[in-house]
Amino acid sequence: MLGRKTIFDDVDVDIPRGKITAIMGPSGCGKTTLLRHISGQRMPDAGRIEIDGANVPTLPRPALFGLREKIGYLFQNSALLTDYDVFENVAFPLRQHLRLPEDVLRNIVLTKLEAVGLRGAAALMPAELSGGMARRVALARAIIRDPMLILYDEPFVGLDPIALNQVLRMIRTLNDTLGVTSVLVAHEFSAVARVADLVYLLAGGKIVAHGTPEELRKDPSPWTRQFFGGEADGPVPFQYPAGDYAADLGFAEAAR
Amino acid sequence: MNTRSGPFAGIADALAQIGACGLFGLQVLAALPASLRHWRETVRQIWFTGAMSLVIIMTCGLFVGMVLGLQLYYVLSIFGGTAALGTVVSLSLYRELGPVVTALLFAGRAGTSITAEIGLMRATDQLDAMEMMAVDPVAYVATPRFIAGILAMPLLACVFNALGIFGAHLVGVNWLGLDNGTFWSNMTSSVDVWKDVVNGVWKSAVFGGVVALIAVFQGYTTAPTSEGVAHATTRTVVFSSIVVLAVDFVMTAFLM
Repeated sequence: MLGRKTIFDDVDVDIPRGKITAIMGPSGCGKTTLLRHISGQRMPDAGRIEIDGANVPTLPRPALFGLREKIGYLFQNSALLTDYDVFENVAFPLRQHLRLPEDVLRNIVLTKLEAVGLRGAAALMPAELSGGMARRVALARAIIRDPMLILYDEPFVGLDPIALNQVLRMIRTLNDTLGVTSVLVAHEFSAVARVADLVYLLAGGKIVAHGTPEELRKDPSPWTRQFFGGEADGPVPFQYPAGDYAADLGFAEAAR
Repeated sequence: MNTRSGPFAGIADALAQIGACGLFGLQVLAALPASLRHWRETVRQIWFTGAMSLVIIMTCGLFVGMVLGLQLYYVLSIFGGTAALGTVVSLSLYRELGPVVTALLFAGRAGTSITAEIGLMRATDQLDAMEMMAVDPVAYVATPRFIAGILAMPLLACVFNALGIFGAHLVGVNWLGLDNGTFWSNMTSSVDVWKDVVNGVWKSAVFGGVVALIAVFQGYTTAPTSEGVAHATTRTVVFSSIVVLAVDFVMTAFLM
């Protein structure tokens, strides 16, 4: 619940370990809110959210922080620390939790920056980065501690086709080589279909469809037809609820 | 009866703010042990809030001292007591003007910058990003600024007092012709280190803590919009000024 509005109603999502699961759905349906619930930033009014056997909403703060040390989170707007340069942003989780020799720390950070193609931008400040670059730095920061679970909130927004390909390849590689579990929230079905093992379609506070990308592509339900076909008419209204259009424009009086 | 509307709305909101700020203050104090790990951040904040405020504090201290010297010389000359100029100026500065005016300037210079900085961090998800990296934002962001306020304010007040006395000396001795020896000997014989100077330092430390806490709280709880940050910055100056003057009265009553 958010105020008096029910955001999720009987949502049951099973995220398999070591797989890439995508959460898709129309804007404002609560995809980011779902990620925030999974990571314990928001607490549900009822229900369970289990990660690695732990029920997140009931965890005391130290245990929640312990769990978060094993989770990487890519924020929708990157959320880079504006006081620090790119290198220090990526190094931040290491400096806070580990006592590593400076040369070891430097090598780890540069390796991750190389993976996102931004080793040369290590000395830049966040204000000097484009949106796509900031997102890649945030991605490097999210994976700096080789987490067991990575939550990606809109990872493909603002990426050019070259960067998009690299990021997709990286998400897949992390999953294949390290067995990382990934949950990604996105709108771009073409990109999601290239990496996701499983897709959940969220609409109206419920899971309306789920399956592999191929299964959803062939799914005949009106939800999947509308969402993946991009049609205005369907179970998800394009128009925000409003009164009579003609009356709003002042034509109703003239018609009488 | 709904206290959030009608004539009681302002009072209810103010009380709610005081209560929330008090609870936040407890959180800040509880995070003191954890914030010791971030001592570098505390040193950085002392630099930003203290050293970066020096120019305005020194300039204002000099002019306040010069005005005091001019006004008091005129008033004291009516009674033939210009010899007491050094005493009156120094007691006014040490006991009241130094701590209070420095605190008001500190709220305007450092308090607003703390609120705006933390407000921007809130608006750009930087505080949430810290939470997700298992770093307590209260211990990393709020408490170091609170400690910095407590440590920087007494030092700034001492600088203010020194420049104020220098300004009064400039006007009283160098310009209006008061005897140099009389100015200093009357001052040193009537100013008590513990009753006057140290009590002023205590006051400054309390004012520093109060201003820093209000500034951090306003930034931390701001609405994540540009308008929200602007309102929070204004509230920092208004609330800090009122609370500093009120606390000054209470402390003066106890320290007399």
